[in-house]
Amino acid sequence: MSLAATVDAPAPAAAAAPAACPHCGEALPRGGSFCCSGCASAYQLVRALGLSRYYDGRSLRPGLRPPRPVDENLEALASHAVATAAGTASLQLLVDGLHCAACVWLIESALRQQTEVLDARANLTTRRLSLRWRGTAADAPRLAGIVQQLGYRIVAYDATRPAVAAAEEQRALLRALAIAGFAAANVMLLSVSVWAGFAGEMGPATRDFFHWLSALIAFPAVILAGQPFYRSAWAALRRGRTNMDVPISLGVLLATGMSFYETAASGAHAYFDSALMLLFFLLIGRYLDRRARGQARSAAEQMIALAAHPVTVIGRDAGTTRMPASAVAPGAVVLVAVGERIGVDGIIADGESAVDKSIIDGESLPMPVAPGKAVLSGMLNLVAPLRIEVTATGDRSFIAEIVRLIEAAEQGRAKLVALADRIAAAYAPAVHVLALATFAGWIAFVPWPQALLNAVTVLIITCPCALGLAVPVVQVIATNRLMRAGILLKSPTALERLAQVDTVVFDKTGTLTTGRLELVAGSLDDKDALSLASAMAAASRHPLCLALRRYWPAVPAAEGVREQPGAGLAIENAEGTIRLGSRRFCGIDAADTDDMAELWLSRPDKAPRRFVFRDGLRADAADTVRRLQALGKCVRLLSGDREAAAASVARELGIEDWRAQLAPDQKCAALAALAAQGHKPLMVGDGLNDAPALAAAFVSMSPAEAADVSQTAADIVFQRPSLAAVTEAIAVARRGAGLVRGNIGFALLYNALAVPLAAAGLITPLIAAVAMSSSSLIVVGNALRLGRGPR
Amino acid sequence: MNGLLLLIPVALALGLGGLAVFVWALQSGQYDDMEGAAGRILFDDPQPLQPSQPDQTDRSAS
Repeated sequence: MSLAATVDAPAPAAAAAPAACPHCGEALPRGGSFCCSGCASAYQLVRALGLSRYYDGRSLRPGLRPPRPVDENLEALASHAVATAAGTASLQLLVDGLHCAACVWLIESALRQQTEVLDARANLTTRRLSLRWRGTAADAPRLAGIVQQLGYRIVAYDATRPAVAAAEEQRALLRALAIAGFAAANVMLLSVSVWAGFAGEMGPATRDFFHWLSALIAFPAVILAGQPFYRSAWAALRRGRTNMDVPISLGVLLATGMSFYETAASGAHAYFDSALMLLFFLLIGRYLDRRARGQARSAAEQMIALAAHPVTVIGRDAGTTRMPASAVAPGAVVLVAVGERIGVDGIIADGESAVDKSIIDGESLPMPVAPGKAVLSGMLNLVAPLRIEVTATGDRSFIAEIVRLIEAAEQGRAKLVALADRIAAAYAPAVHVLALATFAGWIAFVPWPQALLNAVTVLIITCPCALGLAVPVVQVIATNRLMRAGILLKSPTALERLAQVDTVVFDKTGTLTTGRLELVAGSLDDKDALSLASAMAAASRHPLCLALRRYWPAVPAAEGVREQPGAGLAIENAEGTIRLGSRRFCGIDAADTDDMAELWLSRPDKAPRRFVFRDGLRADAADTVRRLQALGKCVRLLSGDREAAAASVARELGIEDWRAQLAPDQKCAALAALAAQGHKPLMVGDGLNDAPALAAAFVSMSPAEAADVSQTAADIVFQRPSLAAVTEAIAVARRGAGLVRGNIGFALLYNALAVPLAAAGLITPLIAAVAMSSSSLIVVGNALRLGRGPR
Repeated sequence: MNGLLLLIPVALALGLGGLAVFVWALQSGQYDDMEGAAGRILFDDPQPLQPSQPDQTDRSAS
């Protein structure tokens, strides 16, 4: 069997799990070799390029976007491409779905096979692809189209100024770290020789020579590597304040200066190694801290960039153009395809459909829409294409209103000062006073260089080596651990706040529930009725029909089904008309209205059958709520949905405190009221209507499928379909907070022991080196425990 | 003692050389993608693979 024969049908090895699509790995809905034509052509493309090793090397993880090709218009990319010198052009792209080394290899290889491509480099950390080719900007859409065809979603990436500055800062820190490391190691080598020489026969001349050598290495290193601290300290001093960097800078500079003086005076002790080791350890802490923040920020940036979908505008000549929603003028007509989110606020000009508005107000049932009905940006079009006349854009749109509420809520929220900053605020002045007191105490008895030297040892020994590492190391390990679990911390203080939470407030639709309807009750025993209904439902994309198909899939679609949008489906046969649809459409006037989503099936000469649907709970919602309650958290439910829907979810999950039909500002007010009672609420929500409440809460989480405004407002975003992210984040935050407290306690204890010794002038450079490195190692080792331990 | 005069400059020069190489690597962007760099060695160079060439011609002929 030649390879060529297997191009169209996947090889047996690839089809080991027969129910999965060989390209995207998703379950196949209705047999066949591929889940969709996009996957089929992607699979063929990969094989035609000779890159099928991708399928062996890749790792598909559940919860991440499968590599299923999307069909998006990429023409706009041409305007993002930059023409460079000599007939070449380049483009920066964000690639959604890039998550393993095989993806990187596939994309780079596929692009480099194009003759005009000069360079293609995908960055797995930042999910960016930089592309350079011979030609003009007009080639951009075609080249980018190859990546899209392989199953990745791409958007243009224009680096923002803060992102560039942050990357540059990280690089500068790493450079400083390298210089400090080099200098510390070499000076330590010389210092150890000097210390060893005290016991042996090293003469003063050799000792001075070694001290001079140390000075030669230490001077440039201290000046270059210490700059991050000097700048921050200088900025604080100029504003008349003090921060942790002031004693650090003072300690390092004074220690270097004093050691130089000692060296020149042929003294016995030089503290060059202490100063450099201090810089080295502190730079490690600073670098880790910045990197963790940078990662979280760039992850959040990517999500928001990828969430901005263009809208299709119908021009005067009936042609269509795709443009960003912000560029659409009121009065324009926008086309919204089935399954697409509406990108503008407007009035329906043409088309009858149903829209899912759960992201706007938490309503779990689809809303039927017809011409003349107003729709809002964010609603999902479900049944038929719609033409929408745009009524509001910019700051008069619904989203702008929500953003205003978020801004108001953020201003009202008390700023949490990070624990490390609070300690620094008290610690820095205390250190200065101690050093000054030491100097003042000694100046009466010894010459001033000796007094100053003792004061400098106090500065060095108290310098927050352990403190500088105590918080960042725990933060970095916690952040990395959570990131591996798909939980992104957007705010640097989120972890600290999360550890203090005592109340957890959930939104219902899309948070506790999946936002997907499920058949739960009704005539589930009548298999005939179920099969007939399912066969008819196959003709429609209405969510209730889709839910019916999901529950009872193994029925072929019925022929000759008519759909009456907003009402139901009908089919004619010899005995009469069979109808599947709303109560009124089927001519039922039963009195049992319980406000549940339902479909009726009416057949000639037979009793009508009813099917009841409900927004399905997330698989682990009940478990999560129970665990939170076991942790002693008070769990509440704030929903924008109807009373009946909220009550049934609350009852099932054992949530006693619930409220329904809340407008966005009421949710926000409920959170403010909780805060006023002294609670520290964690808000978990996904809808646009939750966004102000997310901003108002003490700390907030939002799933990655949430509205982009909500993701921006939330402190933490989790990328898994499971709610266990909430309990896991809280658990990690609590353990992290415990370790931070332990580390800070240890660092303070160490200072309490070391300061009296330093003030008494008993600390030699050797003791300082041992004390500083051992305390730092203990703190780091303590923090590392967070990386292991129970999941 | 004479050994020291030789060995110390040598040690420092070697260290400085390492530092210079690191700074060069940092400036040329080699530390920008630590995750991707770890995975790249698992794949061949992104060039058209020789064994797949006949396969390609075979397919276009069919």
